[in-house]
Amino acid sequence: MAGHTSKEIDSNTLWGGKISPFSTSYGKLMMWFFLVSDALTFSGLLVAYGFTRHACLDAWPIGEETFNSMPFLGHGYPLLYVALMTFILIVSSVTMVLAVEAGHRMDRKGVTKWLIATIIGGFFFVGSQAWEWSHFIHGSEFGKVELTDGSQAIVKGHFGEIENFKVIEAGEHHKKGDVITEDLLHEFHHAVVAGNVENGIITLHDGSKAKVNKKTDHDLTLVIKKDGGKHKVGDRIEGKVACDAYYEAINSGTPNRVIYGADLEQNEYGPQQYGQFFFFITGFHGFHVFSGVIINIIILMGVISGTYHKRGHYEMIEKTGLYWHFVDLVWVFVFTFFYLV
Amino acid sequence: MERDDIIEYSLDVHHSEEYGKALRKKIWKVTALLTAITALEVILGSQIKQSSDYWQIIKWSFIGLTIIKAAYIVLIFMHLGDEKKSLKYMILVPYFIFILYLIYIIIVEALAVSDAWTQNLV
Repeated sequence: MAGHTSKEIDSNTLWGGKISPFSTSYGKLMMWFFLVSDALTFSGLLVAYGFTRHACLDAWPIGEETFNSMPFLGHGYPLLYVALMTFILIVSSVTMVLAVEAGHRMDRKGVTKWLIATIIGGFFFVGSQAWEWSHFIHGSEFGKVELTDGSQAIVKGHFGEIENFKVIEAGEHHKKGDVITEDLLHEFHHAVVAGNVENGIITLHDGSKAKVNKKTDHDLTLVIKKDGGKHKVGDRIEGKVACDAYYEAINSGTPNRVIYGADLEQNEYGPQQYGQFFFFITGFHGFHVFSGVIINIIILMGVISGTYHKRGHYEMIEKTGLYWHFVDLVWVFVFTFFYLV
Repeated sequence: MERDDIIEYSLDVHHSEEYGKALRKKIWKVTALLTAITALEVILGSQIKQSSDYWQIIKWSFIGLTIIKAAYIVLIFMHLGDEKKSLKYMILVPYFIFILYLIYIIIVEALAVSDAWTQNLV
């Protein structure tokens, strides 16, 4: 049962077996196969995330509360930063389609231009993600607090600035009466975690003791994220009671009553798994973006040196384009399920 | 009998300037749409809190909007809409069957686990 081919087919286009499944080229079909399996990996990760989240329910952090900072602007901009990252990735996806389109017209200059734009977009995205990770790891000014009944709460409100430390007992470096004005928040966080703050007196690294001068906090709210003897998950404590409960922990002189930021063991936002999923899913995606940027750079070198022009077609751009759009596609889902809902 | 495995394409097929112009116009339209959807999601997400009565509606519209965005990326940007029907279904159907099923069983299971924990059954 021979087929009736109406036209001659060049040997470049035909697969080795003399037919072309799905009427696509070999390279493109293999790229699709890879993407199908890679998409299953990401589906698995997101489904695992969904499982853990639904098993914890109220203890799980809320995206818009966790991610509400902007570079240079501070807090109070819920989701704006991730939206910006999403926009950057969508735009770089568009420049990639334009590169593919230019390739179909054998417009080498056009391909070069749009491919460079895509690479720049990719670098911007990876850089944004680095900022976001750094912010996530360092955490907020308040941190997460363990109350006297064993419950754990995240803290919302406006943090009163630390003005200075006034040394009241000399240590190795500081003399009595010194006023320290640098690196205050960082030093304060370290001391709180280590249990070196007691009744407003901080013990510094060199063994000197200093009085902490700090402006008062405003609108302090504690949101319980782990059950204790008295408070249950989802409870909110406000006003003076919240302030007293929080500063009891800060001034207790006990290590690890308050933690800041995130590592693989604990984080201030919610359950331990939350931090792990954040690092793994956004990290795995970021790794894909980074690989994509590298692949695009390699292809760009081919475009500039005229490899594809000599070949007579720019199908290579189409194949890397598929990968690049896939990375954008995954981000659309990560954005929704990690940040929005 | 019509055969589906006969080549109807060539790597050397190029399109003209006019066709390219129309295509670029379409690409920019899709871009505007994707950006608008993202902006809408962020505005809804920052204005309506999860404790709100409308949250369920908002949550499901987020998921709906995500699927619309994904469809545009896959069908237009990745050109899957222009591929052969068989290829299209080979790629999409596994997700509509297995992933939807996986999501369903995993959430039922997770809610049961959550119940067990909150009622101290473990």
